[in-house]
Amino acid sequence: MAETYIARSTAIAARMLGGEMMIMSAVDSTFFTLNEVATLIWQSADGRTPLSEIVEQKICQEYEIEPEVAHRDAEEFVSALSQHRILVVSDQPISDSSTGAQ
Amino acid sequence: MEYGPQHEVAVEIGGMPIVVRTDDAEFRALLEKRYAGFLGASANDPLALDVDIIRPDRQICEEEELEVWSEGGTWRLERGDFRAEWDPQAGRGRLAQDFSPYAIDCVLRIVHSLIQAQAGGFLLHSASAIRNGKAFLFSGISGAGKTTISSLMPKDAVLLTDEISYVRRDREGYRACGTPFAGELARLGENACAPITRLFFLAKGPENRIDPVETPEALRMLLRNILFFADDPELVKMVFRSACDFLARVPAFRLTFFPDSRVWDLIQ
Repeated sequence: MAETYIARSTAIAARMLGGEMMIMSAVDSTFFTLNEVATLIWQSADGRTPLSEIVEQKICQEYEIEPEVAHRDAEEFVSALSQHRILVVSDQPISDSSTGAQ
Repeated sequence: MEYGPQHEVAVEIGGMPIVVRTDDAEFRALLEKRYAGFLGASANDPLALDVDIIRPDRQICEEEELEVWSEGGTWRLERGDFRAEWDPQAGRGRLAQDFSPYAIDCVLRIVHSLIQAQAGGFLLHSASAIRNGKAFLFSGISGAGKTTISSLMPKDAVLLTDEISYVRRDREGYRACGTPFAGELARLGENACAPITRLFFLAKGPENRIDPVETPEALRMLLRNILFFADDPELVKMVFRSACDFLARVPAFRLTFFPDSRVWDLIQ
């Protein structure tokens, strides 16, 4: 199965405030608040680490969660954020130049 | 030889004078009346807006709705009754408008919003007042109670605005400044300034109470009420950062109030 790579878009503004990660799309001004697990995925989205590795090495290590459930939730989260162009998703490692606004 | 406009009026809002220049003496008189209390002295190198009055009144732009966009570093603003451009680097702009206070009022709001976006401040849909040397903001959408709470204000409080608050960032924190942008109360705010102590999000209810608001919710509501005209990614980022910085310094609460003057007992 092909790996999924994720990177944070540069067309966003994000800030950790009051212990929660808040993100706003600079393209359509959509506003998101991330929970703890989602924040961990977000912070790990460096374009080089496969999503499966992020889930296994960080989520499953940190939280008591079944790997299958963790993978499914992570994919849903990534899909939702990529629709708003907050995360860039690819089946190849992502370079910095691929994360800008279109 | 080049001749500049004959008349100048320095309209100073938030301690930021913008010299409005025009050849039209009647328009100058209109400005002096409209912005009485907000007329300042011209600085050495002032921000300036040259205004051409189009007579007789006619539609200036085809598009009735306000449009604001950036083009090569210059902001362009258009609505049915005006067409304007503002160069933020030079601090200069031009405006063609009909003979009315509405167009210049709208342009000044936008220009001040753009200036403050760069400076970490913003204009906010909120009433504001100074009491005991402290400024309080009362934010909410239309119908939330901005005019009501302003009209219930005690005599020892100074009304800054019942509609659009001017939030400036300085070394010490954030200050609220009076604006001439009035809402239903149709009363200009005082041209005064004070440190912001609290931000209240207004809600009407059966009793007066103050409840804390979680930061994500506060940020969401604050962003909803910041005046924001342009669909520009860099501006979105600046406004987001300003709103986050503001909430890191100024506590936000929900103020539920029954519309009588006792609500002001809670605002000290």
